[in-house]
Amino acid sequence: MGTLLTLYWEFFKTGLFAVGGGMATLPFLQDIGQRTGWYTYGDLMNMLAVSESTPGPIGINMATYVGFTVAGIPGAVIATLGEVTPSIIVILIVAAILKSFRDNKYVDRAFYGLRPASTGLIGAACVAVILEVLTNIQSLAPAEGSLLKGFALGDGSLFRWQALLLAAALLVLTNWVKPTKNLHPIVFIGLSAVAGVVFQFASL
Amino acid sequence: MKEIWELFWTFAKMGVMTFGGGMAMLPILQREVVENKHWATEEELADYYAIGQCTPGIIAVNTATFIGQKYSGMAGGIMATLGVVFPSLVIISILAGLITNFSHLGWVQNAFAGIQVCVCVLILNAVLKLLKKSVVDKRTAVIFLVVLAGSVFLKLSPVWFVVLSALAGIILKNWEARGT
Repeated sequence: MGTLLTLYWEFFKTGLFAVGGGMATLPFLQDIGQRTGWYTYGDLMNMLAVSESTPGPIGINMATYVGFTVAGIPGAVIATLGEVTPSIIVILIVAAILKSFRDNKYVDRAFYGLRPASTGLIGAACVAVILEVLTNIQSLAPAEGSLLKGFALGDGSLFRWQALLLAAALLVLTNWVKPTKNLHPIVFIGLSAVAGVVFQFASL
Repeated sequence: MKEIWELFWTFAKMGVMTFGGGMAMLPILQREVVENKHWATEEELADYYAIGQCTPGIIAVNTATFIGQKYSGMAGGIMATLGVVFPSLVIISILAGLITNFSHLGWVQNAFAGIQVCVCVLILNAVLKLLKKSVVDKRTAVIFLVVLAGSVFLKLSPVWFVVLSALAGIILKNWEARGT
């Protein structure tokens, strides 16, 4: 019961403060995993991959998946309900005052600051994920809050070269190659899965 | 009562058809909500969608709450939202159960190790796309960099960055308004 209550509260906060759609919940989910120890970065990335490859809004898929990982089907239901509760409350209020909300200069001004901040948070989540997957540097945000202690190099070389090579290829294919750049992410997820099996990425 | 269930099933159907997040949902909403059901006009939908992007939470959920609310009040808003999340709950719970059972297999671990590389790139692409929309001048660039660095190096909840940046936006724009 305690876990389910915590789960609801954590996802309520995520739904309330994550501005800008599904990907904006990622930094919050990382924060939850770090504080509670419910799942690791690696787990979260697997969940994100599955969420991107299945029907449904990504943010909801991720909430369901995290909830399921923590406490089975009840967890999945509770996490998802927690995440949508603030939306329902906020939208019902906004709908009642729609015109004045849209014309309110303070709302507009707040979003001028919120938008780049939201991008910054997702950017930081991206940095953490890149360190985790493409390098052997363990963590930049150490538990004790001290910066320098955070740089601990794992065994072997600084970069995981095979992973880095695949990432570079994907980056080019998804951004600069005309015939492939508009393909659905599931295509690239599939290709990467094949590359992972063929080159045995888990043992790198 | 009947219209509330109609909201639920219509939005559940749209939840299944949405592949790849809130942005992918707009064309489906246009067809179902505007053309088939006449629950909202094209302009209303555009408004809801725009507000759904700049209010907290998942864009698809915000838009669903809006349309449900407009069609049949608070209960409608809640039922439309439950409808849009229902397919995710079923599909992800089944998949998560399956993946847990197979995760000890070598080739599954290898496949996910490959997929993780792809997820890195997808997140990076999302950041690059968002940068173009959110960093529009020097001040927004500073906010972006401060939050990025702060969030990488400090162990602070993202909530603080959200609250402080909203305040920063109001203060900066107020100064600008006073200056002119």
